[in-house]
Amino acid sequence: MKTLTLTALSATLLAAAVQATAAGDPAAGQSAWERQVPARDGAPRSCVTCHGSDPRQPGKHVRTGKAIAAMAPSVEAERFSDPAKENKWFTRNCKWTWGRLCTADEQADIKAYLYSF
Amino acid sequence: MKYLLDFTIITVSLLAATGLVFGDSDHERDEHRQTTSASSFAPYQTECGSCHLAYPPALLPARSWEALMTGLADHFGDNAELSAASTAQIRDYLVSNAADHSSARRAAAFANSVPAGQAPLRITETRYFQRKHDEVPARLVKDNPKVGSFSNCQACHRRAEAGSFDEHSVNIPGYGRWDD
Repeated sequence: MKTLTLTALSATLLAAAVQATAAGDPAAGQSAWERQVPARDGAPRSCVTCHGSDPRQPGKHVRTGKAIAAMAPSVEAERFSDPAKENKWFTRNCKWTWGRLCTADEQADIKAYLYSF
Repeated sequence: MKYLLDFTIITVSLLAATGLVFGDSDHERDEHRQTTSASSFAPYQTECGSCHLAYPPALLPARSWEALMTGLADHFGDNAELSAASTAQIRDYLVSNAADHSSARRAAAFANSVPAGQAPLRITETRYFQRKHDEVPARLVKDNPKVGSFSNCQACHRRAEAGSFDEHSVNIPGYGRWDD
């Protein structure tokens, strides 16, 4: 019985921890979204470079010009609905934009910002 | 009531599915008739086509696709990394439909225009591509803000998404139709 209670408690704590990570800070997310990082080719890069400064509006791939649907889930319901897709794009885009992977906290902040619309 | 609703849903789903099947086969026939064969492979469309035109695989030889798919972390300056499974799946698709493996229209022309031992990473570096575009001045492409690059096929080839690069469907932004 004790074991069961402990297990339940651990599960609750774990869920709370995941929740805390997932919550994120929209203001920090906005500053991450707009943070300009110098790139090898000179032109500074940020999320805005391709996604635009208003996540409710569609963006445009800076190299190819291809339209990118809005990132705010209130506009594009399928945003962040597929963890594999989310992970793939955070990997690619953090490396391209900042030259490194984003931390879990940074990802949570950016998501919180996008969910704030 | 519930049964009726279920039936309706099933019927609608079936109709939708049938429509899709017919739609697809029409689409494929169209591609085979007048194109280099469009890329209808869903993972390729999803992973590559979200940033740029999913270039028909028949525009480069297999050895080019092999080389390109091993360097996705620096994909013409972009990071286009994929999972190992996705990379393998898309590479297999590109290789088996490549210029030197495909019977699509113009595949052989592209394959033959790349010297043995060379594996260009850009379609625009193949001699066949260059021969087909050598009369198009830079002001209409590179210096044209609505085009920007020869790699932006669909800016002028309005049916490029369907795999058609027919000259009759060319319409250059700010210039119009192209007849040489």
